[in-house]
Amino acid sequence: MAKTFAEINEKIKKGEAVVLTAEEVVRMADEQGLKATAEKVDVVTTATFGPMCSSGAFVNFGHSDPPIKMAKVWLNQVPAYTGIAAVDAYIGATELAEGREDYGGAHVIEELVAGKSVRLKALAQGTDCYPRKELEGYVSKETINEAFLFNPRNAYQNYVAATNSTNRILYTYMGMLLPKFGNVTYSTSGQLSPLLNDPYLRTIGVGTRIFLGGTQGYVAWHGTQHNPQKARGENGVPVGGAGTLSLIGDLKAMTTEYLKAAVFKNYGVSMFVGVGIPIPMLDEDMARFVTVRDREIKTTLLDYGVPGRSRPTLKVVDYEELKSGFVELNGRKVRTAPLSSIFKARQIAATLKEWIERGEFLLQEPAAPLPADATVKPLDVKELD
Amino acid sequence: MVKERFTFVFSPDTYAKPITYHLVKDYDLRINILRAEITPGEEGHLLAEIEGEEDNLRRALEFLAAEKIEVIPTTRQVTVRQEECVHCGACTAVCFSGAMAMNREEWKMEFRPEKCIVCGLCIEACPLRIISVGFGGGKAGEA
Ligand code: SF4
Ligand code: SF4
Repeated sequence: MAKTFAEINEKIKKGEAVVLTAEEVVRMADEQGLKATAEKVDVVTTATFGPMCSSGAFVNFGHSDPPIKMAKVWLNQVPAYTGIAAVDAYIGATELAEGREDYGGAHVIEELVAGKSVRLKALAQGTDCYPRKELEGYVSKETINEAFLFNPRNAYQNYVAATNSTNRILYTYMGMLLPKFGNVTYSTSGQLSPLLNDPYLRTIGVGTRIFLGGTQGYVAWHGTQHNPQKARGENGVPVGGAGTLSLIGDLKAMTTEYLKAAVFKNYGVSMFVGVGIPIPMLDEDMARFVTVRDREIKTTLLDYGVPGRSRPTLKVVDYEELKSGFVELNGRKVRTAPLSSIFKARQIAATLKEWIERGEFLLQEPAAPLPADATVKPLDVKELD
Repeated sequence: MVKERFTFVFSPDTYAKPITYHLVKDYDLRINILRAEITPGEEGHLLAEIEGEEDNLRRALEFLAAEKIEVIPTTRQVTVRQEECVHCGACTAVCFSGAMAMNREEWKMEFRPEKCIVCGLCIEACPLRIISVGFGGGKAGEA
């Protein structure tokens, strides 16, 4: 029995929708079978909370008197991009404060969300309509006109696992990789992860309403490096990084519980972003997708000790193995550790479930699908003569 | 019998004393040295696991105090601001003593200070910078 978005929304409004998290629906399918699960369940909530470098926020500061056309802007000494209108800026999560390695745009965003005052410094050329050339003082989310998170690439559909063959510690965005295959790190929430529960992005597209940073947000577009052409397993789940999402939401309504600055030593600053996506149970096909289990989700284990673009694949591993705490590598048991918080992902999936059950969150049918045939181009420049 | 871990901090005046000899001979303690470092002209640190009769250990600690050697139980050394922890697990990737370990039922990081050998790796690994330590600045690999 197929269902539509509209029918599911009607049930949500009446408080009759059956909502399960992606972990709960697996247990139900084990006990009652796929057919019954498809019929009984209306929405499955998925979530992830991992470091997502491609994040940032647009800020409109409001106009000063006399007005200024900001040419250079710093927030707590972190430069923000101002090549847009007079008092608009984009602060990237990974931008570092001048002269610092352990403080960056992500920290500024977190402090704004926390309601703290942030030091604003702006310089300008001065024009007839915007005569002011300098401005310095404190702003907060209460005082600035608008602030919204806009993340060009989040919620990666699967990601590689990392290890290190060299003799020294590698400091990477996959955390610290110990020498001689000393550990393995991975960074998705496995069977709870949004795009792994809808591998062909049948229900997720432009305009999908989601949980973002503690409030409601939206899918704005496909994310950068969106790669649905990635090799897939029999169940349709890509083996390694594939689809991505570009996300948008009201920064002022977010909470620091689901938006946190992160520092990776000798790599830089990033930001933990909490994302939750509801998946409507349209039919039995969707039931098959949302009941995907950790052991059915595979990824490639790469050697980050090889600094080239094409790192050698050491092994294909599944998330049941990764989450067990060890993987077998070259006849040895190597310790594994996550970088994305499964604990937080569970909190998000449960919160989103509650919102839907309470009728506060309706599903939004996509306005346009995300591209299914996109590929990722490498950067091959024509060398200078 | 009790078994505890301590960091002994030696000043330039005390570092040459044969402390472990006295602990073994006079107090019948079993000593397992886990880590040691001397910064020339400055301070020395010795991290050791000590096992013995409770009374002997108490008297040994009194002896060390009299010798002006600072004794810090390791349980007080590495601290995690746990209420800020997001349970990402990055610290568990580098902690080989099992002091920072992932509870894979709840997926929460659990810190067991009694297992810590104060190697300092977790401090660098934590993306939230909520772990700190006193031992020689906690630099990894500089034992
Ligand atoms: S200092 Fe070393 S042993 Fe202690 S908790 Fe950190 S990583 Fe583990
Ligand atoms: S690395 Fe830091 S935030 Fe992550 S689990 Fe360890 S202590 Fe918690």
